[in-house]
Amino acid sequence: MGEKILMKGNEAIGESAIRAGCRFFFGYPITPQSELIAYMAKKLLKMEDAAFVQSESEIAAINMVYGAASTGARVMTSSSGPGISLKQEGISYLSVAELPCVVVNIMRSGPGLGNIQPAQGDYFQATKGGGHGDYRLIVLAPSSIQELVDLTSEAFDLADKYRNPVMILADGLLGQMMEAVEFKEKPKVELPDKKGWTLTGCEGREPHCIIPFDLDPVAFEKWTNNLGEKYIKIKEKEVRYEAINMEDAELIIVAYGTVARIAKTVINNAKKEGINIGLIRPITLFPFPEEIIASTAEKAKNFLVVEMSQGQMVEDVRLAVEGKTEVHFYGRTGGMIPSQEEILREVKRYL
Amino acid sequence: MKKVFGRPEALTDVPFTYCPGCHHGIANRLIAEVIDELGIREKTIGVCPVGCSVYAYLFFKCDMLGASHGRAPAAATGIKRARPNSVVFTYQGDGDVAAIGTAEIVHAANRGENITAIFINNAIYGMTGGQMAPTTLIGQVTQTSPYGRDEKTMGYPIKMAEMLSTLKRATYISRVALNKTANIVKAKKSIKKAFQTQLEGKGFSLVEILSACPTNWGLSPVEASKWVEEKMIPYYPLGEFRVPEEVE
Repeated sequence: MGEKILMKGNEAIGESAIRAGCRFFFGYPITPQSELIAYMAKKLLKMEDAAFVQSESEIAAINMVYGAASTGARVMTSSSGPGISLKQEGISYLSVAELPCVVVNIMRSGPGLGNIQPAQGDYFQATKGGGHGDYRLIVLAPSSIQELVDLTSEAFDLADKYRNPVMILADGLLGQMMEAVEFKEKPKVELPDKKGWTLTGCEGREPHCIIPFDLDPVAFEKWTNNLGEKYIKIKEKEVRYEAINMEDAELIIVAYGTVARIAKTVINNAKKEGINIGLIRPITLFPFPEEIIASTAEKAKNFLVVEMSQGQMVEDVRLAVEGKTEVHFYGRTGGMIPSQEEILREVKRYL
Repeated sequence: MKKVFGRPEALTDVPFTYCPGCHHGIANRLIAEVIDELGIREKTIGVCPVGCSVYAYLFFKCDMLGASHGRAPAAATGIKRARPNSVVFTYQGDGDVAAIGTAEIVHAANRGENITAIFINNAIYGMTGGQMAPTTLIGQVTQTSPYGRDEKTMGYPIKMAEMLSTLKRATYISRVALNKTANIVKAKKSIKKAFQTQLEGKGFSLVEILSACPTNWGLSPVEASKWVEEKMIPYYPLGEFRVPEEVE
């Protein structure tokens, strides 16, 4: 412990998952996440009481996750863009059945087959449901390999704590990049006992049923409203963000993941030119850090949202700002990454 | 007085919701009897996906998972991999096994997943009100083959048992029917063999059960059982296509 290891983002997720007790992985190869599935194969196929299956499809993979999660096992799948779209029906089922699991999306550029370069175009899909029906995932957005490690571990705890699927939403750059990481010993977290609902065979108890439907609208409304109450609790308790250089900032950048990293360099470069800008970096995309944005907007700051998309998170920023001040947007798409110079140029436009 | 006949322990006391003359009820009962006879109720986990099988969770007195349409073999794979000592079975219809979930059943069989699939083939989509299934016979009229199934545009009915039996890791594959007592007795034996294959850790097993759907066929229960005999069995021959000995 305490030792730093040089690791690729995708592999760091895998190692962190295994250390968090994930013993089951079901997945299908897709760039730019393939190192993760390869890492899980290498490790889990040699472990006792563990399983790795390269599934016939993304759909099968998420349904294998559904099965394993119903037994209470810590389980994960990963994919990118088109593969995550294919998993959406299954994610909707996992959500209504309240089965804990971790789904990793190493975003590539879309729509369609798009390309394999980094992008952030799956924000809506991840944070607004993605599949059919009325549900939410907990969505974590790391912006360094160390954070990939830390949040992967936390994702399993959050999934178990709320009996809810958790998505790690990173992009191809984070998946492919190498950095020194440390696997820290975590204090033991108290998590709810799973015995009351898991499918383990009904020896000595009444059978358990995990069913993703109720044909009675009165009963199903109650069910979905209970989910809604859970999401409110998550919003109250689990918001995470980083806010830097907020004092007297002339403009606040809002960015997550890879873009937030670039924004940090922009802040330093701007300082040298005598320009003081701040950064709000959402770490949880759902729940979204509305309060810090709303309270910052009270002080009439200009906001610049930068994303690798046509503008998706910017909508949540605008909802939080509620028209109190201006929210500008700058985005790159197609797998292009905004440069420091571009972002600084945009900043200067609004000062 | 000695009790000579009763409800299997592996069935709940919820009355079946199946239509009059439907063979699902017989199939459910046979599975429950086999579970009882093997003494595995407390370690069995059933997976029921979408279709008339959707309510099976109400009837089996063991742990049950409701899966999405076609994906029961994938969900069962997840359960079995996480709990290799549990007995895992799926209860699927023809839309599930032979249409939307073809990939899942083929690959579960090909991997030799140590699970048991019970496949109800009634040549029609029952739950949605009588549309064409991949197993609908040539000329058979359904809501979506209103002029009869035409092989030129709709293909031939898929013989899943035969198709799956080409896979090396599919250990026990059979087709049975429930249209008369002799066939019911054979069906139960076959279902038992399928579960035993799993209990002995020998790999994937599937029992295709030819079943009547009087409601959607527009026949009386008696006529429907006759239809199984006269129309279905000639096209879908009964028997064992793979047995464990052959695999070893």
